Amino acid sequence: MAVFGPKANLAVNAALVGAGGLFLTLLLMIWVVPVSGYNTLERYVPVQPVPFSHKHHVSGLGLDCRYCHATVEVSQNAGMPATKVCMTCHSQIWTNAALLAPVRQSLAEDKSLRWTRVYTLPDYVYFDHSIHIAKGVGCTECHGPIGDMPLTWKATTLYMSWCLSCHRNPAPHLRPLNDVFDPHWRRSPETPSGAQLMAAYHIHPKTLSDCGVCHR
Amino acid sequence: MTVRSAILLSALAIALAACDNMANQRKRLPYELPYGEQAKNWPALPPDGVVARDEEPVSPPPVTMSLLKRGQERFDIYCTPCHSLIGDGDGMIVHRGFPRPPSYSIQRLRDAPAQHFYDVIANGYGVMFPYADRVAPADRWAIVAYIRALQASADGRLDDVPPDQRGTLQ
Ligand code: HEC
Ligand code: HEC
Ligand code: HEC
Ligand code: HEC
Ligand code: HEC
Ligand code: HEC
Repeated sequence: MAVFGPKANLAVNAALVGAGGLFLTLLLMIWVVPVSGYNTLERYVPVQPVPFSHKHHVSGLGLDCRYCHATVEVSQNAGMPATKVCMTCHSQIWTNAALLAPVRQSLAEDKSLRWTRVYTLPDYVYFDHSIHIAKGVGCTECHGPIGDMPLTWKATTLYMSWCLSCHRNPAPHLRPLNDVFDPHWRRSPETPSGAQLMAAYHIHPKTLSDCGVCHR
Repeated sequence: MTVRSAILLSALAIALAACDNMANQRKRLPYELPYGEQAKNWPALPPDGVVARDEEPVSPPPVTMSLLKRGQERFDIYCTPCHSLIGDGDGMIVHRGFPRPPSYSIQRLRDAPAQHFYDVIANGYGVMFPYADRVAPADRWAIVAYIRALQASADGRLDDVPPDQRGTLQ
């Protein structure tokens, strides 16, 4: 009796193909999935209680970010607008719009609107808005073209590698302080160069990628 | 090490690995809902008569250029949507149907004391909502100073502009 039957070759081939396939799948899982939009939630548009449009309120009406995100310059958190902030205008305009019913209900019941978060970091990461604003990093560097978003979508990965790519070399991402809140800002020939801004803001990238900066 | 303890140890290791969720720790962060004990009386409402910490009244600071600059910046953020950049009450939101506010340069508002403007910012006025939550007391005075500057500039004439800068106006 032979040790290997007539089907042995087939079995070995099948096993080899299977192992190759498994290996490729693993590679895909390790390298491709983590950077794909599926995993990073980039371009993801969460469902919100009210379809709030930055395009409309920021680019259309010319509102400044700080009208609603009032603490962004002075605190770790940008702050979300209270129901009363929406009501400063919507008590008089669009008062009967069905779209705004949750806002009116929130005011009547004295219960905050619960927006779905678009950007969140894990709890072991320390982040602070105020330092970035004070050093001329514009909102759109991290939040994308928010002035053109009818519904807010996530524009960046928030991966550690993404933070580091800027912390290692912030110069190309800096702008004059007056333009930090402008969602349509573009570098023009008159803009001071990145190196000049680095000097003006006293930024020293050498220590900016130390672990303790973001994990404390 | 027996086979059985090896199996037990590896089972424990797998079980513990699943417990490691540092991304969601037991600490309260802004915008997170409370859990456990804290959730029982949430949202915590202050007792009657409590004033916000930052609400202590500050007396009007002396008017300086930097105060005016600060006032202009805050005014542009919070007031221009309705009162417009020059304070005549013709802002963007008014174009979209909001009731038109009075111009700052009417006689009644020129005669009004500075405190009146401070109080309007803090408490609102008619259909205008209060801005106390977003404009701190010191910034309110800065805005008042800037409104005074707008009032003064409303009846400015060409002669008031230094000759070398008149070209920029045409
Ligand atoms: C009229 C008020 C208003 C203005 C002005 C405004 N926002 Fe918002 N913003 C909101 C509201 C409401 C939400 C929550 C709903 C959503 O995510 O779209 C939000 C959400 C966001 C988010 C997502 C937050 C998260 O993680 O869930 C970002 C980022 C943001 N705004 C940035 C900006 C920037 C930058 C500007 C200025 C260019 C700006 N906003 C101006 C009201 C405003
Ligand atoms: C400074 C005034 C102002 C504030 C503050 C404001 N809105 Fe509006 N909003 C408007 C105006 C004006 C329109 C209508 C635009 C038009 O007529 O073209 C509008 C329209 C809307 C609409 C429907 C139309 C659309 O296309 O988006 C929604 C929904 C809305 N706002 C939600 C909100 C929410 C939620 C807030 C609070 C975070 C808010 N708004 C704060 C001025 C404001
Ligand atoms: C350096 C990158 C960066 C810049 C610049 C930046 N943000 Fe953010 N923003 C973030 C990150 C990261 C989060 C998530 C924070 C978290 O989960 O703790 C966030 C969260 C937010 C939120 C959700 C609420 C909160 O406070 O967590 C709002 C609103 C927001 N940003 C608005 C703004 C505005 C307005 C500006 C410009 C003035 C701005 N951001 C500039 C990175 C940035
Ligand atoms: C577009 C550029 C950019 C991105 C993206 C960015 N940062 Fe920063 N960050 C800066 C600059 C510039 C500074 C100011 C450095 C200084 O003060 O000299 C800074 C400072 C900080 C500080 C304070 C440092 C200190 O010494 O106290 C923290 C914390 C921080 N960043 C965390 C983060 C985290 C977390 C992320 C990713 C979610 C991030 N940053 C993404 C540019 C960026
Ligand atoms: C500029 C900010 C920043 C600095 C500096 C930084 N990290 Fe991070 N780190 C992050 C962010 C943001 C995340 C979360 C990434 C995510 O959500 O996937 C993170 C995640 C991690 C994780 C968890 C990874 C995972 O997949 O769970 C480890 C481990 C880590 N960092 C180690 C370090 C070490 C070691 C250093 C120093 C060499 C360092 N970090 C420096 C921002 C930073
Ligand atoms: C959403 C639109 C809106 C915004 C934003 C707004 N106001 Fe008004 N304001 C009004 C309207 C409308 C009136 C007229 C109210 C009335 O007579 O019922 C008014 C009236 C006033 C008056 C006159 C009060 C009087 O005695 O007649 C002052 C002063 C004033 N606002 C200051 C401010 C300042 C300062 C800010 C910025 C912090 C501001 N307003 C932001 C709409 C607005």
